[in-house]
Amino acid sequence: MADGVTARVRAPREASAGEVVSVRCLINHTMESGQRRDDDGNVIPRSIINRFTCDFNGQNVIDVALEPAISTNPYFQFDALVNESGTFNFTWYDDDGDVYEEASEITVS
Amino acid sequence: MSMTRRTFTAASVAAAAAFFALPKTATAQEVQAAMDAFTGGAELGSDGITLIAPEIAENGNTVPIEVDAPGAEAIMVFAAGNPLPEVVTFNFGPAAGSQHATTRVRLAGEQEVIAIARKADGTFVSARQNVRVTIGGCGG
Amino acid sequence: MASFRKQKLWGAVFAAGAVAATGVVWADIGENRSLIVNGEIEMIVEAPAPEHVEGLSTIYSGWVFRSPETQMMQADDFDNPAMLDVDTARETFETAMGTEGQSCASCHDTPESLSTVRATYPQWDEEHGEVQTVEMQITECMTERMGAEAYGYDSAEMRRMSALISAVGRGEVVNVAIDGPAQSTWEQGQEIYYTRYGQLELSCANCHEQNYGNLIRADHLSQGQVNGFPTYRLRNSGLVSIHNRFRGCIRDTRGETFAVGSPEFVALELYVASRGNGLTVEGPAVRN
Repeated sequence: MADGVTARVRAPREASAGEVVSVRCLINHTMESGQRRDDDGNVIPRSIINRFTCDFNGQNVIDVALEPAISTNPYFQFDALVNESGTFNFTWYDDDGDVYEEASEITVS
Repeated sequence: MSMTRRTFTAASVAAAAAFFALPKTATAQEVQAAMDAFTGGAELGSDGITLIAPEIAENGNTVPIEVDAPGAEAIMVFAAGNPLPEVVTFNFGPAAGSQHATTRVRLAGEQEVIAIARKADGTFVSARQNVRVTIGGCGG
Repeated sequence: MASFRKQKLWGAVFAAGAVAATGVVWADIGENRSLIVNGEIEMIVEAPAPEHVEGLSTIYSGWVFRSPETQMMQADDFDNPAMLDVDTARETFETAMGTEGQSCASCHDTPESLSTVRATYPQWDEEHGEVQTVEMQITECMTERMGAEAYGYDSAEMRRMSALISAVGRGEVVNVAIDGPAQSTWEQGQEIYYTRYGQLELSCANCHEQNYGNLIRADHLSQGQVNGFPTYRLRNSGLVSIHNRFRGCIRDTRGETFAVGSPEFVALELYVASRGNGLTVEGPAVRN
């Protein structure tokens, strides 16, 4: 799955200290559920992103366990509390061992 | 054995059933077991958790859902009518701005979606929402 | 959600009155008629039918027939999963391909310079003496200018590139030319539109002109407008091209379908696109 995986994240670039900001992220992945069969009747093996994490300056914001019931192109929206300027780090963990990473900077005044 | 019309029909139905063998839906016991794995079998309250899901989903492939449980450590979502009842678990860290999250899920037909939150004091609360999944029109 | 259903119910009651009064078809068309994408691209989802469409008085984008959840997914690029494909196509646009060492950007600078393309295609091509779709134009660029191997007409790469061409043209009013050299192709498309196909003996018009808004199984029939193509279908979890959708429709009549990229489908695309003259380009839209 490593080919052509594109992740998009959207977090504000600026905020004031102690503000709660909304963060959204989307990654393209088929999320093959392991429940489908191919044209020959064979089960298509499961291949999903099984974990997603978002950290802010090393502190965890959210840690998500994904099951095969998550739709193709996993989408999440959640809130983060920012007290200082810093970096959001986003990490997606694929069943096949691949790890996809994104980062987003925010200036807090 | 000669192939009569009746045996042919029976064989065809069996073959079709095998070929299309849809993944089976989780049993009530399996759903309960999945929930117990998260709650340890604890009693479920109903205050302080909100689950938002459409009453009617236009397509079961991509159903938007939203959970909110102020002060929760984690929220787990289950789909009682899917082959596997577990859907997603949100664990909220110290930098979380709320215990609120949105995602998109797959539902294999009309069923109940269940969200359970584990509060900081170790108690559990749950919310349920029935979702009907529209049978598509053309090629649906 | 509950209030929306209620509104729809009232809409149906009024529609029932309208049936009695004027004899128009019973149609449950969504109440929501306002689509502004990213808070800035204002879409026309309802417009007077063009003169050459005798069977309709008003044209509606497929968007109005969808549920609020599906509608919302198209209202913001971050919620629209097809925009991942558009991002990928933007990179491809800058990438040199083929023996000439050229990229799309070598001639066209930015995708935005092609903002009027989607709204005016299919279009007569003088050089080739035929009506061309966006896909055919992309193929021409690749094979005749870039010395590259063409994408398959309905390949993932083609759908992505065509989604990019649509995306930069969103909000442009569809205005496909049907006269002049394109006229005979347009007439061929019209002929196909009204021809009954398959064991079910259904024409495009039977569903999309005479029964839009009605239920087909548990789903609302749209007018079959193509202004939202290529479209992200939730059912496929991916982009679907116009010709692929045509093929699916004819297949569902239990008929032999024309091939993707065939002259028949090009003609049908021109005709169907012209039925949407007055709506805005929405592709890549989100549909069920």
